[in-house]
Amino acid sequence: MLLTMSGLGTGQQPVTITYWQYFFQSKVTLVDELIKQFEAQNPGIHVVHENFPYDAYNQKVASAVPAGQGPDVINLFYGWVPLYVDGGYLQPLPVEAFSPMEIERDFVPMVKNSKFDGKYWALPTAVRSLSLFYNADLLRAADIARPPITWDEFLTAAQRTTVRDAAGRTTTEGFGVSPAGQDHQMIREVLFRQWGVAPYSADGKRVTYATPQGAEALKWYTDLITQHNVGVIDFFPGGNGYRDAFIAGRAAMIVDGSFAIASVRAGAKAAWGVVPLPRRTLGGERSNFGSYWVHGITVHAQGPRREAAIKFLKFLVSEPVQRVWLQRVGELPASRKLVDDPQLAADPIYGPFIQGLAYARATFFVDETAQRQVLVDAVNEVVVNNKPPRQALDEAAAKEQKILDEFWKKHTGK
Amino acid sequence: MGLGTRRALWAYTFLLVPLLFFLTIRLAPAFSALYISLHEWNIISPSKPFVGLQNFRLLAHDPSFGRAAVNTLRYVLVGIPAQIALGLVLALALQRINRFRGLFRALYFMPFVTPIVAAAWVWQWMYSQNFGPLNGLLAELRLPLQPFLRSPAQSLYAVTAMTVWQFLGFQVVIFLAGLEAIPRVYYEAAAVDGASGWRLFRHMTVPLLNPTLVFSAVYGTIVYLQLFTQVLNMTFGDQGGPLASTLTMVLYVYQLGFQRFKMGEAAAATAVLFAVILVITLLQMRVLSKPVEY
Repeated sequence: MLLTMSGLGTGQQPVTITYWQYFFQSKVTLVDELIKQFEAQNPGIHVVHENFPYDAYNQKVASAVPAGQGPDVINLFYGWVPLYVDGGYLQPLPVEAFSPMEIERDFVPMVKNSKFDGKYWALPTAVRSLSLFYNADLLRAADIARPPITWDEFLTAAQRTTVRDAAGRTTTEGFGVSPAGQDHQMIREVLFRQWGVAPYSADGKRVTYATPQGAEALKWYTDLITQHNVGVIDFFPGGNGYRDAFIAGRAAMIVDGSFAIASVRAGAKAAWGVVPLPRRTLGGERSNFGSYWVHGITVHAQGPRREAAIKFLKFLVSEPVQRVWLQRVGELPASRKLVDDPQLAADPIYGPFIQGLAYARATFFVDETAQRQVLVDAVNEVVVNNKPPRQALDEAAAKEQKILDEFWKKHTGK
Repeated sequence: MGLGTRRALWAYTFLLVPLLFFLTIRLAPAFSALYISLHEWNIISPSKPFVGLQNFRLLAHDPSFGRAAVNTLRYVLVGIPAQIALGLVLALALQRINRFRGLFRALYFMPFVTPIVAAAWVWQWMYSQNFGPLNGLLAELRLPLQPFLRSPAQSLYAVTAMTVWQFLGFQVVIFLAGLEAIPRVYYEAAAVDGASGWRLFRHMTVPLLNPTLVFSAVYGTIVYLQLFTQVLNMTFGDQGGPLASTLTMVLYVYQLGFQRFKMGEAAAATAVLFAVILVITLLQMRVLSKPVEY
């Protein structure tokens, strides 16, 4: 009795918090183990871990949180954060526990892109970036000494590895193009920037890629398909057709995310490797696209639960957890210190992705599906409808501006 | 209570179960969709303000929705006549043969029981520019290769062809049943009067088959107006085909609601689709059904 009383007095009574993420086997298993570890370090805090199929995730949150049943800590795609902030579901990370200065010092730069209304609302354990996957056997057979460093070398390698039959049908593509896969991200955050164009204004409210250089960048990409014929859209059917083609040895190179490593490793029969994304000249600007899932604290967590949620969040984004996350889930650490770790950077497969994190940017999406479609359509306007790239890009920018305007008109700031 | 009343009571009791199911699973969500369509209903936000007809206005100015609506009508206008014509030809041919009729009927019916997703992926490979047998054949014949699903001009017809293939067997079976229902004596009487061939078909078979035709047209139209799975799976990466060339209303509803979280607009689009289906169905039943007596 006395013990209980004193416990109450110092705020030590047991508290239960709930954590939600979508179902992904390796993450679910790992988080279960991490929770045991966290509970051992923090007696009195009990964490309930619940997960849902990815497709039903948002609906589940939408129905549970208004009913007061939602989680205290929630895992979200970074692109959804504005939606959740506007919905009033997230509380800003308390500055005392997570100072913006420390976040910007300790996390890879792209995390800065998820600052919204001048505040941080959530933090990642792990991040993803893009790299160039290459089929070493195909490059060697085409007498290419080393994987490309510049886009010119990339084009040469792609041309020399593309194989066509007598009827002109492509049987092996030099570059597995996929505008709706990762290529639209590459055009936005890599090609535009390397061609000297910032795709959006600093406040994320204006589309700024419709310039002559932007059109040049788009043309460089569409030329791969229309002029050089080194890649065929939908070469293999399906959303991951480009990756399937690479795994099947039918595409010499693809641009893909770190999340593709596991399936390539499991499937590819040929020798393969990964190098950082090419750039325009040897010393030219490096650029990359990054994305991540973040953990945020919901408005549901108040009082002692809020304290516990803060502790759990701190634990989830800590360096030891990030290290295990890389080993067990295969996602890259979000900490700048780990990214600079020479041992990790030297890893032949993860290394190029980790290098990319130093300069990767995460696009601030307000409606990822619609914004992706805009750029995919721009590519198709050029490739299928023979529109001049400049015109296609102008039209794309106008359409995307409308999407941004619609969001910012409703979002009044918190 | 008389026997008749008791029987009727029992019948109503049994009917009540499916009725309850219908009310809760079909009708209630339909009305709630109508309710949602009048609100700004972002899936996450707890505030869902009433906005009147604003979602409908947004759709009216949304080129993608316009595109989806036009595409959907094109699917109906191309798919239904093709399906009915081919189905009728095959049914008439099957009716003439006596051997292997069951085998043929089973073969034609097979696509209908094949899972749509699996069939769609096989058809994607068939249409492939580089690996597909269709282009392989064209290459053999030294004809120009075709982009099929990659061409905004061809993709809608490519998806329609797959859908027609899929429903053809069902259509054939329906027509066979309709043809069997026409009494033999009519044909015998017509033969005595010297009618044969095209005239027999035009002035006897078609009018007597009218109820089956109406059913096929109405049912088929509803299927084509709700086209989704075929389209989603045949252009999986760029959903709705290159430049929205295969996009349908239902696929757009899905994208609005579950990918872009705009439930209000998605519900409004559903309401529009519901109205379209209702009007077309009523029109078809009005125009197409003519009672025939001989």
